[in-house]
Amino acid sequence: MRRVGVFVCWCGSNIAKTVDVEKVTAEAAKLPGVVYATDYRYMCSEPGQKMIWEAIAEHNLDAVVVASCSPTLHESTFQRCIADAGLNPYVFQMANIREQCSWVHSDRELATAKALDQTAMAVSVASKGKPLSRAQVPLTKRALVIGGGIAGIQAALDIADAGYPVALVERQPSIGGRMAQFDKTFPTMDCSACILTPKMVDAAKHPNITLLTWSEVENVSGYVGNFEVTIRKRARSVDMRKCTGCGVCEEKCPSKVPSEFDAGLGTRKAIFRPFPQAVPNVPVIDRDNCRWFKTGKCGVCAKVCPAEAVDYDQGDELLKEEFGAIVVATGCDLYDPARMTEYGGGRFADVITGEQFERLVNVGGPTEGHIVRPSNHEEPKTVVFIQCVGSRDDTKGFPYCSKVCCMYTAKHATLVKEKIPDAEVYVFYVDIRAAGKNYEEFVRRAQEELGVKYLRGRVSRIYPEGDKLRVKGADSLAGVAVEVDADLVVLATALRARDDVAEVARMLSIQTDQYGFFTEAHPKLRPVENIFAGIYLAGACVYPRDIPDTVAAASGAAAKTCVLFSRDSILSEPMIAEINPDRCSGCLTCKEICPFDAIEAEVMVDRMTREERTVAKINEAVCQGCGGCVAACRSAALNLRGFADEQVLAGMEALCRE
Amino acid sequence: MKLGYYPGCSLHATAKEFDLSTRAVCEALGLELVEIEDWNCRGATAAHALSDELAVGLAGRNLALAAQQGLEALLAPCAACFGRLKYAAKALAAGAEALPHGLDSQAAARVKVHNILDVLLNVAGVERLKERASKPISGLRPAAYYGCLLVRPPDVAEFDDPENPTSMEQILSAVGAEPVEWHHKVECCGASLAVTNTPSVVRLVAEILAHAKSAGANCVAVACPLCQTNLDTRQAAAGRRVEERLELPILYISELVGLALGIDPVNLGLARHIVDAMPLTRTAFIQPREGATAGG
Repeated sequence: MRRVGVFVCWCGSNIAKTVDVEKVTAEAAKLPGVVYATDYRYMCSEPGQKMIWEAIAEHNLDAVVVASCSPTLHESTFQRCIADAGLNPYVFQMANIREQCSWVHSDRELATAKALDQTAMAVSVASKGKPLSRAQVPLTKRALVIGGGIAGIQAALDIADAGYPVALVERQPSIGGRMAQFDKTFPTMDCSACILTPKMVDAAKHPNITLLTWSEVENVSGYVGNFEVTIRKRARSVDMRKCTGCGVCEEKCPSKVPSEFDAGLGTRKAIFRPFPQAVPNVPVIDRDNCRWFKTGKCGVCAKVCPAEAVDYDQGDELLKEEFGAIVVATGCDLYDPARMTEYGGGRFADVITGEQFERLVNVGGPTEGHIVRPSNHEEPKTVVFIQCVGSRDDTKGFPYCSKVCCMYTAKHATLVKEKIPDAEVYVFYVDIRAAGKNYEEFVRRAQEELGVKYLRGRVSRIYPEGDKLRVKGADSLAGVAVEVDADLVVLATALRARDDVAEVARMLSIQTDQYGFFTEAHPKLRPVENIFAGIYLAGACVYPRDIPDTVAAASGAAAKTCVLFSRDSILSEPMIAEINPDRCSGCLTCKEICPFDAIEAEVMVDRMTREERTVAKINEAVCQGCGGCVAACRSAALNLRGFADEQVLAGMEALCRE
Repeated sequence: MKLGYYPGCSLHATAKEFDLSTRAVCEALGLELVEIEDWNCRGATAAHALSDELAVGLAGRNLALAAQQGLEALLAPCAACFGRLKYAAKALAAGAEALPHGLDSQAAARVKVHNILDVLLNVAGVERLKERASKPISGLRPAAYYGCLLVRPPDVAEFDDPENPTSMEQILSAVGAEPVEWHHKVECCGASLAVTNTPSVVRLVAEILAHAKSAGANCVAVACPLCQTNLDTRQAAAGRRVEERLELPILYISELVGLALGIDPVNLGLARHIVDAMPLTRTAFIQPREGATAGG
């Protein structure tokens, strides 16, 4: 029997408000095996940890139970504490009496009884615990960055500058992402291209960065320090070594399709670079729209290419590479305004999205920066902006605030006033959320100096009235219905998670929230990490973020990656599956279900029969301790260290004990 | 196919022509309408304004009777009746206890409630409409007007797009009419303010009809007795307001479909409107299609 010490935490009032902590402590002291029990207001604090440390010495404890919050939050804190006191950190259990008890209950008496049950279970589990040790595992000091927007570029540059090699994978033909589409950036109004394109070039030229554009990550296996990744380099149909980026092929290509980069406002060719400053400055052939690939006739680009770089026979290339860490910077998509049928749902040419406005106002865009009505190419004199289209709208969109729209709408309104000074500009808003350095001042300038008319209220309907668009809305501050006859309407559509987020999440074994955004390991204290070690998160794949927030998160993810790489080896996870070969029937069901490919078949000589037979073998460096195989094993040959069957059963017994 | 029929008060009174034309059209399309025996008022606006239980109970009783009488699906032509019956079915399915003793809530909740557009478009179907349309009515350019209740609230109506519905246009096109493109399909007609606040109704009706007119419509198609009443009876005042001769007959979708099916306009109730609809039945609008014989 182990000598167990129990430490019950108040968590300020978080636990103590609903659970009678002193009663739990007193009752816990009577449990079998418990030689010491105490409580404290903040067990995780320095004095709290000192209490544990001292009690271990004083009462000769050899197992510790802390009844407090979730192990996700503080298991490692307390494990370090008892390791400092000389105990093995795995003869330790946490009873989560906060998230699983005090936070979700209101009846103090029942909650106290439940907290005691949880504590009793943890005591039983801890008394059956065995010391475990961690092995040293080598790690690959090379990072994979998924997504070549500003987040991915920043993360790749920071990691590369620290001296580690990085592969930057981007699905599009060029890096640059959303920021490359923008004209100006709020609140400083500096040119987006002027601050982004040099970084793109830096990334391309950096000796530590391998750029893989027109490529996608197809499979990820392994674990922190040792990921094995398959990357599909899609056939570019242009030889990157030969192409000089002269652009003749694009000029001569006869197939025009709507440009994704111009948000459908302009066209591109079937052989194309999304924009002239693309990095790499090498076009790709969009085979779905190319005449050669569709009909077998044409071949114009190959004929006109002075460098003979066009190669129709190029195939996809599969690269298998090893990485120690992965930075996910896959960005976000935009809400589709087709759902807003009251605003025309895409039927009215002069109702456009904020993304389209960016292209319209951009000197590199389809109108060379002239703000015009898409319907007749005339300059609009009345422009209406509508905020919160799909944001803060749980009937047709998302309940969350997309965070960036207030600011970019103020920027757009400012740009209209700068380019068309006599234009009337209206902004329909729900609330103005301008929390950021110099943000409020920026919105105020649009309102007060430039005379943009801000109306607080939603727009209920837009319809064509003659040559104009009648915008019917409410001014809820004045309490009146408002009608504006507009030449151009711009919808600030919500930012949302990417369509293929579920696939990416499954591939990386990471979690998403209810909206499809990736979940941080801790929303406050570990915002750039995922709970799955070795995977870091940057940019708008976590939540709608503007450029400064995105860059900060990217540098944070890079710093975390560098912290990992600063070690020469990593400690393996000790709570992994172990097998008893004598019991194994060799059915290998475990091998089938293992999500980490950590189980293989092994031939051994049976000790009793002296005959050869096949059994399962665990690769300890790969096993993540998920326990799937343990549950699947029909001969109970598998066990999870630190979470062994006998520990689980002891916990159940404690729960059933009256 | 057999369908339960819930006329509600309007179709037995002010909206008699909606009743006549719905019955005639369903018969011509091979749909048997069986009026629920002993149906009661589903509570109008008054009931749900007072008590949710009363509103669910009154409407739900009709559903329970339909179930008792072996009717699995129900046509409620009045848009307001449709909405309240559907609301009651959903509330009963979710466990509301509002029915009088002895009536089966779950059987009531299983009765499918259809509006007239749903029946024409999805029960009869576009193919049957095309096949049975014997009179070309391409001279008719209706503005399809849905009003507020037919497609809203979306989680009750569960029918068509609440902001830009198109089912009426699909039906009208199928029978050969040429519905106009316009943008006031779901604006409010003033509804029950007709009596208490007539100037508001006139203002709203004027706006709707003026837009229908400028979109090129020569009549308005509706599927709600209240819409019909407001647009028809307030049209003269609305015309004075916009200083325009509106002269837009306000026809139920069933009347328009009936015309295309070759049913006698008088039997459809077309002579019963305030804005004279009979001129629309003249040859300028309706001509025998080549090779087709007039039915009805």
